[in-house]
Formats: sequence, C-alpha cells, structure tokens
Amino acid sequence: MTANHVALAYLVASVLFILALKGLSHPETARRGNLFGIVGMLIAVLTTLALTKSVALILAAIVLGGAVGAMVARRVQMTQMPELVAAMHSLVGMAAVLIAFAVVNNPAAFNIPAPMPRGNRLELFIGTFVGAITFSGSIIAFGKLAGLGKHFRLFSSAPVVFKGQHLVNLLLAIVMVGFGVAFFLAGAEGQWMPFIVMTAIAFLLGVLIIIPIGGADMPVVISMLNSYSGWAAAGIGFSLNNTMLIIAGSLVGSSGAILSYIMCRAMNRSFFSVILGGFGAAEGAAAQGAEQKSVRSGSAEDAAYIMANAESVIIVPGYGLAVARAQHAVKEMAQKLIEKGVQVRYAIHPVAGRMPGHMNVLLAEAEVPYDQVFEMEDINSEFGTTDVVLVLGANDVVNPLADQPGSPIYGMPILQAHKARTVLVNKRSMASGYAGLDNPLFYMDKTMMVFGDAKKVVEDLVKAL
Amino acid sequence: MTGAIDPTLINLTVFVLAVFVGYHVIWNVTPALHTPLMSVTNAISSVIIVGAILAAGAEHVDLGSITGAVAVALAAVNVFGGFLVTQRMLEMFKKKAPKAGRREQ
Repeated sequence: MTANHVALAYLVASVLFILALKGLSHPETARRGNLFGIVGMLIAVLTTLALTKSVALILAAIVLGGAVGAMVARRVQMTQMPELVAAMHSLVGMAAVLIAFAVVNNPAAFNIPAPMPRGNRLELFIGTFVGAITFSGSIIAFGKLAGLGKHFRLFSSAPVVFKGQHLVNLLLAIVMVGFGVAFFLAGAEGQWMPFIVMTAIAFLLGVLIIIPIGGADMPVVISMLNSYSGWAAAGIGFSLNNTMLIIAGSLVGSSGAILSYIMCRAMNRSFFSVILGGFGAAEGAAAQGAEQKSVRSGSAEDAAYIMANAESVIIVPGYGLAVARAQHAVKEMAQKLIEKGVQVRYAIHPVAGRMPGHMNVLLAEAEVPYDQVFEMEDINSEFGTTDVVLVLGANDVVNPLADQPGSPIYGMPILQAHKARTVLVNKRSMASGYAGLDNPLFYMDKTMMVFGDAKKVVEDLVKAL
Repeated sequence: MTGAIDPTLINLTVFVLAVFVGYHVIWNVTPALHTPLMSVTNAISSVIIVGAILAAGAEHVDLGSITGAVAVALAAVNVFGGFLVTQRMLEMFKKKAPKAGRREQ
C-alpha cells in the first residue's frame, strides 16, 4: 500500500465520520449515521494495521480494550451516561498523552525525521497538554458526576474553592508554557525533562480547573471536555501529519464547543463565569434568609384527581426524576392519562439532567414516543393554554425569578410552567435548587406541592389513576 | 513564491475547513440527540487509535511501543464502548408508532 492509498482510505473514513454526525439531525437517520461512523473507524484501523510490521501486540490491546468497552456499553444504566461519557473523555486524553510520549521516544516510527523538527514539537506540545488536561479534568468530572464526593473531597459536587485559586492556575499555566517552550527549543538530548514537567503540570491544571465548578454546571463541563478531547486528537493529528485525525478531532472539538455554548445560553451564564467556577457555593446562603412562606401541599391522590380531570397535562422532568429512576413510572402514568383522554406532553429544558440531551434519552429508554417530547422553544407558548403542569424533580428551570431583573438567574430562559392553570410540583423537600434560590412558583395559589421521592410519588399517582 | 508548501500549512487548511464543516453539521443535530452526539463524538475522537497503532507497531518492542499498546487499549475501549452505547441509545429512539401513536389521539 502506498502513502497515496493510505491517504485516500483516510479521506473515505473522514467523510464517513462527517456523515455519522449528519445522521444525528433526526432520530430516524441517526442509526444509519452511527453505522457510517463504525465503517469509517473500521477503514481507518484496518488501513493503519496494514502499515505496521508487528500486529500481535496491537491486536491483543484492541481485543482487551474492546472487550472492556463493549461490556461497559452493554451494562451502563442510562442515568449513568454522564459518568460514562466523562470517563471516555479521559481515555481519549490519556491516549493522546501516551502517543505523544511515544513520538518523543521514537519519531521515526511515525515517519517524523529525528531530531524532530520544531513545527512537530510545537504541535506535539499542544496535543500533549490539551490531552493531559482532558484526562485529569475528566477524572474529576467523572468523580463529581458519579457522586464520589463522600469518599474523596476533590470529587465533591459542591465547588472546591480556595484563596488565590485563579492566580495559582494562571501561574501554573505560565510555567507549563515555559517548559513547553523549553521542549520546543530542545534538541534530542535535553527534551525529556521539559516534556515530562510540562505534562505533569498539565495533569495538575486539569484537576484545578474542574474542582471549582459546581454540580449544576456539569452539562457545560462535560461538553467542554468533549471539545478538549477533540482538540487533543487534532493536535496529535497535526504532529503526525495525519489529516484524518485532524478532521475527526476538529469535528469533535467544534461539536463540544457548540454544546458548551448551547448549555451556557440555556443557563444564561457566560462561558468564562462557568470556567472560573464557584457558582452555587457562596450564593447558596442567600436562600436561607428568605422568610417563611406557606405552601399548599397535597397527596398523590389529590394530584391524580386533578390530572385525570384535566384536558391537557405537560410533564416537566428534571434531574430529580433521573436520580429516582422514575422514568418508567412516569411513562406508565402518562399512558393511563392518555387512556383517559388527557393530552400528555413532556417539556424538556436544555439543561435538564446532567448532560446535554440526558432527559430525552431517559424518556426514550422508558419508551416515551419522541413526538410527545418537546424542546423548550417549541412548547413554551403552550403553557398558557394548559390545564396542569406536573414538575418532577426540577426547580431552577421553572423558576419565574428568571423574569425578574436583579435576581441571580435573571435572563435565564425557563419553561413557563407558572402560566398553566394548575401547577403540581413534586420535590423531596423545600430545599433550594442548584442556583441556591427560592422558587416563587412553589408559593403560588395555583400550585400544589407533592412531597416525596419522585419514583414513589409517581407510582402512587399511577395507583390512584 | 517558490518551493514546496509546508505540510503544516496543508494541515492548517484541513483543520480550518473541518471546523467549518463541524460547525454547520453540529448545529443541525436535534437537541433530543445531544447525548448520543456526545457518545458518538467520543468514539470518533478515538480515531486517535491510529496514532497509537503506529506507536505500538514499531519494529522493536521498547518503552515507546509498550506505551503505544496501552494507548491502543485505552482508545479501543472508547471505539467499542462509544459506538455500542450510541447504538443502544439510538435503538431507544426507534419509533414505536403503532401503539403509542394511536392512543395519543
């Protein structure tokens, strides 16, 4: 196989990757898209295998890694998707670092002349530090998402902040770049020390960048790390002069960047305020000062009666539903309502759940038809003409304070649940949401609170219907 | 204006164009599929496995090729895991029209 054949095969693979993403524009074409992606990967791997001299070690590694991956993919619960995705980002990051190490060790294996030219060094430096930050940052994100904060403080879902944090990060970043420059200027002899120190600092930076970011901002963090893992792959592609890697990496990089943007917009927060972190720690104190107001609470039977007599019901699922794994019970409840002639729809806020689109997957898992599920922009105008809204474990995304100038979440786009004729809210307690804000929706005359675990309450609703 | 073009410049051209393609393709992804998008992009970025294969396939087994093999294994977890879990999720989005669709009306 000549280099031209390889380049052509890589081009085919790149096009297939683009088609894979294009397929996701609609649920009907998405499965075919995924198939394109698989074929693209197969072409890329087989082509590269044909170039190598000893295949045994590689095949063993593929079988081992592939078996682990396949097993995890089969066993993972849909509620655990955010953790899984975070863990997978970390693997891409680590792979990038390891490849960079191998390149420094033996450039000739990659058709890079030794001593390595300056251009390759610069690209390798970028690929390595982005990869290292992706790795350690994703490990922290994984710990936060998997709720490991009890065992290890750095994994706490509350922001971990200390004095001078940003200054420390900035200094570390400067020192890291300094060693990067040393690596760039070094010859074959003096290159290891700066390379290793630079990588070590990048690992540390990844940890420090993610620890101050609170649980509510996880959808942004996970999208951002998605983006980083793409840029790391592209960076390695540059240093190996591999256009397929550059294309695949850029696709993933821009995908993650766009998702981060969408998530930030949905929370009305600037990307930088998310990155700088600390949200949900200091502000949390404000809510405790609120005066005692009375809420109307009722039983699941009351709620069932109200819904059964409604013409239209909109269900607003939030993270509480995911935690309680109540999606199947919700679907059963909706089915009963539909049988009684009630129109049932679901309204999804972009940041509902712990990652972009998480709630849609949970509802799909429960076999809720996707034409009953609506995005915020499509359903917000419908709340005014809806009889009952059932809010399940959501808080900030239905907080009318977002319409009030001066409130911390002012300007955040919300689901207009408060415009419905009756609002039923299921929560475990009156505790505030991640933004640490009280929610006036709970105190409205037309609102009835149903306290309890989402799954328990919904199951009671099913029984009562 | 003589001499060959620096390969880095060609790479840069590819990079910039790919970012544009990515930008336009991703904005067309329906928000309902953002989670599968993340898992499939995860699998796609694991095409970094080709770099790992080159490292692991070096003629002599040394530190570099062992590092490469580890990278192959890590990337393979993602390749298989990413595509399979995406497939699993997308199966859930299959239209179950006959039953649910009719009852809704």
